[in-house]
Amino acid sequence: MGGQDTDAELPDDHDFALWEKRVDALMVLCSTKGYFTVDGLRRAIEDMGEDAFETMSYYERWVAAVNQNMIEADAYTLAELGARMEQIKVRGTTYGEASDG
Amino acid sequence: MPHDHHDDDFHHSGMSPSGHPYREDDDHPLTYWQTMEIAMRELLIEKGILTPAEIATQIDEMDSREPANGAAVVARAWVDPAFKERLLADASEASREMGYDIGPLRLIALENTADTHNVIVCTLCSCYPRNLLGLPPDWYKSRSYRSRVVKEPRKVLAEFGLTLPDGTTVRIHDSTADMRYIVLPARPNGTEGWSAENLANLVTRDSMIGVGIPKSPA
Amino acid sequence: MVETVRVKTMMPPGHVRTPAYLRGKYGVIERKLGEFANPERAAYGLKKEMQPLVRVRFSMQEIWGDAAENPDDTLDAEIYVHWLEKGVDEIGGVTDAP
Repeated sequence: MGGQDTDAELPDDHDFALWEKRVDALMVLCSTKGYFTVDGLRRAIEDMGEDAFETMSYYERWVAAVNQNMIEADAYTLAELGARMEQIKVRGTTYGEASDG
Repeated sequence: MPHDHHDDDFHHSGMSPSGHPYREDDDHPLTYWQTMEIAMRELLIEKGILTPAEIATQIDEMDSREPANGAAVVARAWVDPAFKERLLADASEASREMGYDIGPLRLIALENTADTHNVIVCTLCSCYPRNLLGLPPDWYKSRSYRSRVVKEPRKVLAEFGLTLPDGTTVRIHDSTADMRYIVLPARPNGTEGWSAENLANLVTRDSMIGVGIPKSPA
Repeated sequence: MVETVRVKTMMPPGHVRTPAYLRGKYGVIERKLGEFANPERAAYGLKKEMQPLVRVRFSMQEIWGDAAENPDDTLDAEIYVHWLEKGVDEIGGVTDAP
């Protein structure tokens, strides 16, 4: 990474969305509780490859990495996650509608 | 009876530490990754791994961490030479002295002097002294900053509006392992006799990362 | 006594915390940090292994050569000792063990 991307411009700040704050909180809480380490999180992001930096935002990569680590920690199964995601999709078309708040 | 409807009157109303309202999620189409976050959170709560209260508390704690905390530490170092020594020897312990919980990682304070200017980066990911300064800005996490500041730091600093005096050495610190860094910027001239509280108002987040310097007295 | 070291040139895949731009470069030990859990094991959920960690200071000249903005500017990075070789002095011999 160091020295590679020498033409790119620096992005402006954005304020954090609630869902991003929640991803951050899940990361801190689950790692503090010993389900994974920050090293595991980084490794999962690195394993996504360079493309992930083009196609996903920072917290999208983080939620994917936290999930990867929690699956590896056997916190829940892929089937459980998949089923729940299907249920959530029909709750509404926005994050606000879909999360029970 | 009609009543006023506030734009930010949803689950977590209030302002983010930058002074702006949280970005509205509500009117954007639900994404795959947002769906994943909701699913994970619900499953973890149902399985007793997390509670809603813990999540809310963690978010509140994150919100309470903001650059003003780091600014208070810097200002105290400016007025209290013994504290400054302790800060440079063990910045985690010195911050804890002031009531800030740095957590398990080790914080190192880097002192700017007349001829040395320090800048912090994490080229490998986005390590940042979060527990003292809050969440890092987008530009700090960008590939652009992470790749360029280790190779052309002066050009990057110039883009932030900072040109260093001749004869200054730039020292870049790549946060590759368990250390976290905070820059102790130089105290601005013309602030003799100022209280720590007033001095803290001059200390910007960018000056504690090293892409800026503190404000000058008006 | 200034201790010169060189970052190993090996390029294994996977989670290593020694930046690619520093491989093969010579620097000096700026300070020793103590022992920390090897991230190369922690990343894969393997049993914790404490390893010595040091901060190494490199000149920009050393890292980037002619492309360096200012040759005397420096870069400090935290490197695990198993990634370092002992330095080579100007004459070309290997320095004594620390």
